[in-house]
Amino acid sequence: MAMEETEILAKLKNKFPQQVKETFISLGMEVAVIDKEALFEVMSFLKEKPQDYAMLLDLTCVDYLGEEPRFEMVYHLFSLSSNRRLRIKARVSEKEPRIASLTPLWRNANWLEREVYDLFGIEFIGHPDLRRIFMYDGFEGYPLRKDYPLRLRQPRIKFRK
Amino acid sequence: MPTRIEREARPESLLINMGPSHPAMHGTIRIMLELDGEKILNSEVEVGYLHRGFEKMCENRTYFNLLPYTDRLNYVSPLINNLGYVMTVEKMLGIEVPRRAQLIRVLMSELSRISDHLTCLAAMAMECGAFTVFLYKIKAREFIWDVIEWTTGARMTTSYIRIGGVRADLHPDYRQTLEKAIAETRQVLKDVHGLLDKNKIFLNRTRDIAVIKPEEAINFGWTGPCLRSTGVYYDVRKAHPYLVYNELDFEVPLGERGDNYDRYMVRMLEMEQSLRIIEQVMARIPASPPEVMADGLEPYEAIKQARRQRPEKPIKLSPNLEGSEKYRYPEILCSDRRYVPPPKEEVYTTIEGLISHFKFFMRGHGIRPPKGEVYFSVEGGNGELGFYIVSDGTDKPYRLHLRAPCFHIVSALEFLIKGHMVADVIPTFGSLNMIGGELDR
Amino acid sequence: MEGRFFLTTLNEILSWGRKYSLFQYPFVTACCGMEYMAAACAHFDIDRFGAGWTRFSPRQADMLLVVGTVTQKLAPVLKTVYDQMTEPKWVIAFGTCAVSGGIYDNYAVVQGIDQIIPVDVYIPGCPPRPETVLDGLIKLQEKIKNQEQEWRWRRRKF
Repeated sequence: MAMEETEILAKLKNKFPQQVKETFISLGMEVAVIDKEALFEVMSFLKEKPQDYAMLLDLTCVDYLGEEPRFEMVYHLFSLSSNRRLRIKARVSEKEPRIASLTPLWRNANWLEREVYDLFGIEFIGHPDLRRIFMYDGFEGYPLRKDYPLRLRQPRIKFRK
Repeated sequence: MPTRIEREARPESLLINMGPSHPAMHGTIRIMLELDGEKILNSEVEVGYLHRGFEKMCENRTYFNLLPYTDRLNYVSPLINNLGYVMTVEKMLGIEVPRRAQLIRVLMSELSRISDHLTCLAAMAMECGAFTVFLYKIKAREFIWDVIEWTTGARMTTSYIRIGGVRADLHPDYRQTLEKAIAETRQVLKDVHGLLDKNKIFLNRTRDIAVIKPEEAINFGWTGPCLRSTGVYYDVRKAHPYLVYNELDFEVPLGERGDNYDRYMVRMLEMEQSLRIIEQVMARIPASPPEVMADGLEPYEAIKQARRQRPEKPIKLSPNLEGSEKYRYPEILCSDRRYVPPPKEEVYTTIEGLISHFKFFMRGHGIRPPKGEVYFSVEGGNGELGFYIVSDGTDKPYRLHLRAPCFHIVSALEFLIKGHMVADVIPTFGSLNMIGGELDR
Repeated sequence: MEGRFFLTTLNEILSWGRKYSLFQYPFVTACCGMEYMAAACAHFDIDRFGAGWTRFSPRQADMLLVVGTVTQKLAPVLKTVYDQMTEPKWVIAFGTCAVSGGIYDNYAVVQGIDQIIPVDVYIPGCPPRPETVLDGLIKLQEKIKNQEQEWRWRRRKF
């Protein structure tokens, strides 16, 4: 890869030398793994000009059951002016499943974080209204975790049969 | 437990619930409004009534097996979801698809896009009161579905686009049906332009209602026709071209004000551009090889002929495999046998074919991408439809996440309808094209 | 003898009236909704069979068409809608997801709406072709014809 493509990764490494753990390019997309404490600063830095990652494309979580830390938050950012995508990853442990919320920076993070809270159980510090979005009140457990069985149904009303 | 709006509402305002089961033909969503007379002070949108656990199901199915689940995501443009998933897996595997298959994929994808916009605008117009527009557009959609049905076998949920190519070649007489579909769609678009474009009632209901500025739209994560209606030029087909889009000549219509009328207009103009793309693709697809016969031969003779290494004439063993016979295989599916099921002639007659068939479908074998993760996106009917797949080397994906465009668009609904009247909720909600299967996965 | 003749003729007249003017309430959730729209529009018309007008309120409808997947979150809503309908009422389960949960056998989907409400006709298909929908509608009309129609006011014991 030419130096020009990893410019943003080099910039990140220069600005946050301790917090950026590793950077690499995977199948054409630049990836940076950072420390979860530094998430908000890194994201604010990326959102300003001249980096100008103005759109938060996606925010999701992967459950690596058996590894420690267990969860990995994955953020995809997109910059319209330079037409470039970036993936940021941050590990979150099971004993303390909390991470900073990105709602002040991007407004769609509101619903995306609610979805991750609903399906994985990760709490977002600073989220204005953290509650379930897909599942209903009274649902116990977090469905997309690997230890939740696929067919465990919790019916809301009494069934006829 | 009271919802947020019940807790925050002022005691003198009226709370109205547009419940999950409502006449708008978009999907199940619950909108709670806090009203002062007819003006909306605050609102809350509750989704999740169609959460079918797509992502969890995908972790328990092999890569090949979960193709039908992807059809049912954005069910008005099913082939585009197929395409998005399949291209993500192909990127992970690093395989190249033959040119004819790419052209067919573009054709199917644009037909799906037209069907998506037709359904969205038909429902929006019906809810505003223009029932004729609904009937006209559904009629045009039937012709498009005819084309899709002749080739793929199903009208809607097709599972046609497979890893490595497409499932079968186009129907031999597809040109006639396709030309009829294009002509009918053009006629319907012309009629609807005449009916709605300068219609006073429609203009009053949609002009300057639910305006959003470009910066706010980008902040909300909007993509697709809704973002283009605010004036931002972002189309995945032009920004990160995939398949053969960089060879085709089409424009991307942009709006100015970001209101409901612009969203309607952008979709209408996009349909015209999709028709242009389809005509160009039709000109580029070479004529298919002539049909081969199977009649005149007894079954045992046909099998004996098929077993020959170099048969005199290619043999068609069964009419059910129309379009996916062995001689068509190199053009529609990639030749790497690890990722593509072998042609049925080989499976039924040779031992190598049988073994490859078994190894493809057996549990634990089959498509096993290398460890890693990938994100790929295509231009769906609503915007950037992205798939993020994490693979751990086995035959089932470890995690599959869908970047649903409507999720971000609908998350802005509360912001859009604030300050407007109750009756404005209907065209706004219609113009956003919320599809339940994609929103709730 | 006259009493029997009178009652059976009255039954026939009532069933003729009820089956050819079904007011439907389409409880549309998912992909089958597209096929429902196609069945209701010009190409394959269900208005020919009398079931043209959709009544957008359960109180005014007598046929509940459950179209698409019903999730656990939506189940109480379906029960409420069914309870709000007045007698006589019939239910059609449209599409495999409504019939038996479909391809979604997981934590979030009700495996068939007959776990919640009684169903009269099941229309399989994913999604069913409009011709299948019309076939199901005709079967419902035959079922109505063979049923004993209630026309006496009587107190229901719940």
